[in-house]
Amino acid sequence: MVSFTLNGAPTTVDVEQDMPLLWLLRDELNLTGTKFGCGVASCGACTVHVDGVAMRSCQMAVGDLEGASVTTIEGVDSKAAAAVQAAWIEAQVPQCGYCQSGQIMSAAALLVETPKPTDADIDLAMDGNLCRCATYARIRKAIHQAAEIMEA
Amino acid sequence: MLHYLDTALAAPRPSRRAFLKLSAGAVGGLLLGGALPRAAQAMGDDALAQPFVHITPDNVVTVLVKHQDMGQGAATGLATLVAEELDASPDQIAVEFAPSNPQVYANSLFGVQGTGGSTAMRNSFTQYREAGASARAMLVAAAAQAWGVAPEAVTVADGTLSSGANSASFGDMASAAAAQPVPEAVTLKRADQWRLIGKDMARVEIPAKTRGSVGLFGMDAKPEGALIAVTARPPRFGATVASVDAEAARAMPGVQAVLTIPQGVVVVADNTWRAMQARDALEIEWDMSGAETRGTEEITAEFEALLDQPGLPAVARGDAAGKLAGAAQVVEARYHFPYLAHAPMEPLNMTVLFDGERATLWGGSQIQTIDHNVAAGVLGIPFENVAINTMWGGGSFGRRATADGHLVAEAATIAAAWLGETGRPAPIKLVYTREDDIKGGYYRPLTLHKVRAGVDAEGNIAGWAHRVVGQGIMIGTPFEEFLVKDGVDHSSVEGAADTTYSLPDMAMDVHHPSAGVPVLWWRAVGHTHTAYVMETMMDALAEAAGRDPVEFRLAHLGDDPRLAGVLRLAAEKGGWDSPAPEGIHRGVAVHKSFESYVAEVAEVRIREDGTVKVEKVTCAVDCGVAINPDNIVAQIEGGLAYGLSGILREEITMTDGAVDQSNYPDYAALRIADMPRVEVHIVPSTEGPSGVGEPGTPPIGPAVANAVARATGQRITVLPFSKHGLA
Repeated sequence: MVSFTLNGAPTTVDVEQDMPLLWLLRDELNLTGTKFGCGVASCGACTVHVDGVAMRSCQMAVGDLEGASVTTIEGVDSKAAAAVQAAWIEAQVPQCGYCQSGQIMSAAALLVETPKPTDADIDLAMDGNLCRCATYARIRKAIHQAAEIMEA
Repeated sequence: MLHYLDTALAAPRPSRRAFLKLSAGAVGGLLLGGALPRAAQAMGDDALAQPFVHITPDNVVTVLVKHQDMGQGAATGLATLVAEELDASPDQIAVEFAPSNPQVYANSLFGVQGTGGSTAMRNSFTQYREAGASARAMLVAAAAQAWGVAPEAVTVADGTLSSGANSASFGDMASAAAAQPVPEAVTLKRADQWRLIGKDMARVEIPAKTRGSVGLFGMDAKPEGALIAVTARPPRFGATVASVDAEAARAMPGVQAVLTIPQGVVVVADNTWRAMQARDALEIEWDMSGAETRGTEEITAEFEALLDQPGLPAVARGDAAGKLAGAAQVVEARYHFPYLAHAPMEPLNMTVLFDGERATLWGGSQIQTIDHNVAAGVLGIPFENVAINTMWGGGSFGRRATADGHLVAEAATIAAAWLGETGRPAPIKLVYTREDDIKGGYYRPLTLHKVRAGVDAEGNIAGWAHRVVGQGIMIGTPFEEFLVKDGVDHSSVEGAADTTYSLPDMAMDVHHPSAGVPVLWWRAVGHTHTAYVMETMMDALAEAAGRDPVEFRLAHLGDDPRLAGVLRLAAEKGGWDSPAPEGIHRGVAVHKSFESYVAEVAEVRIREDGTVKVEKVTCAVDCGVAINPDNIVAQIEGGLAYGLSGILREEITMTDGAVDQSNYPDYAALRIADMPRVEVHIVPSTEGPSGVGEPGTPPIGPAVANAVARATGQRITVLPFSKHGLA
């Protein structure tokens, strides 16, 4: 049994300790907004926040979550995340959209650390999030927009 | 059994499926709608239910989208066409993927229901506008009857019918409109009457895609009782299962069955991770007797030898050999293009529920009619007993459109094997891991070209001899009769054999050697390599002739004003005639594909470590009527970046028949730091709309290669660039 906070709610699960958080979320808890892309922490589609830090849920074992606070795309409601989601719609970022939950989670974490990122900051922070539709130009634009929304 | 069947048919889609709305100009709206999508509801007498448009008393207009949307914006495009002619308010328009039914929803250019070749808008432009106009006429007729006025006295604006003091919403009139005859002919608006076509429309599904909404993608499909299947497939193409020891796997948590099928050994479990763990525990002996055991080195060497032998003629025009013999200079080059994987972000998956008589599918079906036929064939049931729930595709780039429907064949085989073993129908979702995807074949074919082209004393092209060696994508598929002529697979030569350059003395021939590697179209298909060859040769010839690359191209464009138009525009906007900034080198390419014309000027810098950084790309595109300009920009941005990714580091290689790459760490797709700034200029046009999903891809490779040649003097003809330390 592992107890942690999931999207603000106390949660206790009884699954294998080594099951990746990704599959706990998707297959056991029906939170499918967090995506499976590669399974090896190479694409970022499965990014969630663990204690406020952007993490690849495909590499986080459920057994390591005791007492942690996990936030997924379904529950993220920080000021930064709201700004990112608004900017994402305004800039019409997603194409296929499959990677975008992860992009948004990474971008929201970036803006908490670095409220006014430069293009170089963005490229560095978002390097682990692959997008085969290559919406990267709009991701940069939307992160700058989100930074402005947060300042306003 | 019967009860189960009823339940399955009553709720064929995830119950909290997003209800997606069209919105003009700015931010789209999202309502999480009722229990069932509208198209799945039984249409009562109170609804106007046409094949492409449903209008319900709640004043919602549902557009049935016959194409798959994998991010290219087809759903929004089709909804816009209907809203335009219907004079609906964009806020009342919702979208729904159409059921699989080729009689009603065929792609008019294919004859079957399917999406590809950048044809969604091209084949639907008239059809969906007529659907909107037809529904509008029925609403008007109903209103005229209700109010006792002539139809001409009824006006429609922004979703409201009115005449004098009378006024009604579409929803109010839906029931009466349903009783009106369907007009035999309708008059469409003139372009100058359009309110929505030509405006930036926010894509209907983007809000849902920013919130991780449920039920968009096949990977997220979870019909009641769904189980997960993963397949251990042979380590070499063409190998088969010899024997399996599944004892350990069967004993693992969550494992429901281990099934041996022709495609491999399948683990069915209650959780994807548990299924993958159990798959790792299988002990399988493979029969390699029918396997492809050559590596890409051996295959390349065999193809290389064919480059020096005459092949099947594709073009024989004028006297290429004679002109080359008399040319002042001859440029010759041999090109190597590797196998490429599509690697869409959503790994392949397909869910099948089979009860012995009927089957329901959930997934990103791109050619529904093939998938439908394959499912019926594999399961041995009539066509009408199969239903496909098309879902949003998490990318495709060609991968979800297969001529053999292999994904559905495997998923249906598993569903049948599961039913045979357990007697208990359950929806089973076949899931590919990323490794399954990268190692799974259906690649852009490994292709070699050899070109000899001359310039005469005046600096004009004199003779062009061109040979292509590569597996034919269409050969052996249902598309063969349309796209293979006299043995030449058009998909290997398109963009070269039908070049828009004026080449009166051209000889082209082709070899299609066989290899045991499944091949498939990859965004822009043959153009991905032919444009590279044509446009880098044009640059090399311009250099040999001592002429400017843009001027040289324009001089050879013959009478193709649209191609010349985009080339001039990209050159102007890209500052071709002004000096490049310090350290920046420019290259240009122009190419027609999928009836659209795209020119790109790439600005390239060579980093201190010798690698290439593409700083900026300036594009000009002529795709006919620009239905949704912002979406066209997005598709050109993404299309060129996909092509850039393909030339920089992507490569599938094999050693002794086994694929060397396995996942994104070694199949290195473009990341944000390599994304150039992109500027897109759309040429205003009154021509019918043509492709935008693919045409941005072909010109980028040669534009960058031409810039690199200017920077380094090195003409890259063996791809990818990473082979040369350039990426």
